[in-house]
Amino acid sequence: MTLSIQGLTKAYGGLRVVDDVRFEVPAGALVGVIGPNGAGKSTLFSLITGFLAADAGDVAFEGRSVGRASPMERARAGMVRTFQVPREFTHLTVRENLMAAAPSQSGERLIDTFFRPGRVKAEEAAIALEVAETIAFLRLEKVAEVPAGRLSGGQKKLVELGRALMTGARMILLDEPFAGVNPVLIEELSVRIQELNGRGIGFLIIEHDLAALNKLVSTLHVMDRGQLICSGAPDAVLRDPRVRDAYLGGAAA
Amino acid sequence: MDAYLTAIAIITAIYVLLALGLNLQYGLTGLINFGHVGFFCIGAYTTAILSEHGVPLVVTFPLAAAFAMAAAWPLGLVSIRLREDYFAIVSLGFSEVVRLVATSERWLTNGVQGIAGIPKLFAGWLTGAAQSYAVLGLLVVFNILAILAMLRIVRSPFGRMIEAIRDNEEAVKALGKDPAVFKIQVLVLGAALAGLAGAVYAHYIGYISPEQFLPLITFQIWMAIIMGGVGRISGALVGSAILMLFLEGSRFLRDVMPFISEVSMASVRLGAVGLALILFTMYRPQGLMGDFTRK
Repeated sequence: MTLSIQGLTKAYGGLRVVDDVRFEVPAGALVGVIGPNGAGKSTLFSLITGFLAADAGDVAFEGRSVGRASPMERARAGMVRTFQVPREFTHLTVRENLMAAAPSQSGERLIDTFFRPGRVKAEEAAIALEVAETIAFLRLEKVAEVPAGRLSGGQKKLVELGRALMTGARMILLDEPFAGVNPVLIEELSVRIQELNGRGIGFLIIEHDLAALNKLVSTLHVMDRGQLICSGAPDAVLRDPRVRDAYLGGAAA
Repeated sequence: MDAYLTAIAIITAIYVLLALGLNLQYGLTGLINFGHVGFFCIGAYTTAILSEHGVPLVVTFPLAAAFAMAAAWPLGLVSIRLREDYFAIVSLGFSEVVRLVATSERWLTNGVQGIAGIPKLFAGWLTGAAQSYAVLGLLVVFNILAILAMLRIVRSPFGRMIEAIRDNEEAVKALGKDPAVFKIQVLVLGAALAGLAGAVYAHYIGYISPEQFLPLITFQIWMAIIMGGVGRISGALVGSAILMLFLEGSRFLRDVMPFISEVSMASVRLGAVGLALILFTMYRPQGLMGDFTRK
């Protein structure tokens, strides 16, 4: 199992926003998490990636417990998240956003910047090549030199995905990648995600757009009021009466 | 008049050195340092006390920068992970602690009486106008070196990362990089420049006392970078010049407004700088040279 979520719990006062959630994401899988607003999906993401401290439970990634590790350590371990509201580096260009994401750059140490400029330059050139490939893969060529703050919501989501790819992550957690994205780009983004998955990168995706997610994932987990209420293949899950009750029923009414 | 202009140029160049450090911290990294004057003070006292004991200035100058860095590092370690507004308060408190130590540790700093007779730069070699020009020349060299270092930083992966931190710290964490590591280095570097500025200041003025290191100095440097353009190296230069223009220019207000008394003059000058800041934020919020926002 690549990612193992073991009874994660988070409460604010008396309210358990994430309540003993446990499931596994196998290596290279494409797994979705759905649930009505306030079900605790984003909180679960923050608990998995260490942006929030869990009250109970643990997270294991590739067989190692990372439940006490900082968000930085978890990201370096190979598990990288994006955010529901994109957090692009506003004033950096798309290219610079991706360059910044490359791991362990010696140019990020002042000593090397000043005393080993040759090495830094060579590394930069190598990173630039990788960034150019990623930009082409995500079809961001036209906006490569534009400050990321000026992009559309959908393009920002792509930049976040691009940054996650640049870290060399083996597991990417996407928080509502399709929200605010136009339908053409959703189709495009889905294809990209499938291609990446084909290369062995695992995905855990929170999403409201059930149609898009349904086509993409092999397993779906449904959360409601902090609890995991149902898991399984997308079609079966969406037919489950508990799910209709909590989520689809509410939406239809 | 010539001597007066040289004196103003020297003070401006000292402000530029301070502004370059704050620009690195706030303009590029988003670090809100309200205690810049504390490092300036440490630099000034370090060189004043050491040179009083006969240590040559070629040794005391690097030590002034080193002591300021040595103070910034632990301050960064304990407080840099605080939310930015809390760090601002802590840094302001830090500079006040430095000033209070300078006030109360009389055995070391001679308390409120301050340290007088600090040896002048180039004493024994040069006198009068030539000496002032030499001090100005030294400051120009320091500033050029500082600017070259800034340019190197801005164009490096380190520079890219600190700007990323300014734009979105959480996203930096999500990529597996620790913002605190970068912010501490930036704090220490800015402190080195402030320490060096303090050293030149002490030897130029020849007398230092705690009341020269009030938080007001910090905020004047803030005004300089805001008026010049946050995140721009040229902004630090131009902003310091504008600041000096208002600080010194208001000196001549009494020629046209003779009813202003000598005592109220200090307040009037501060008022002039305040008015300049208000006008800038109203009509040119990005500063004269523009801020870090790209066209």
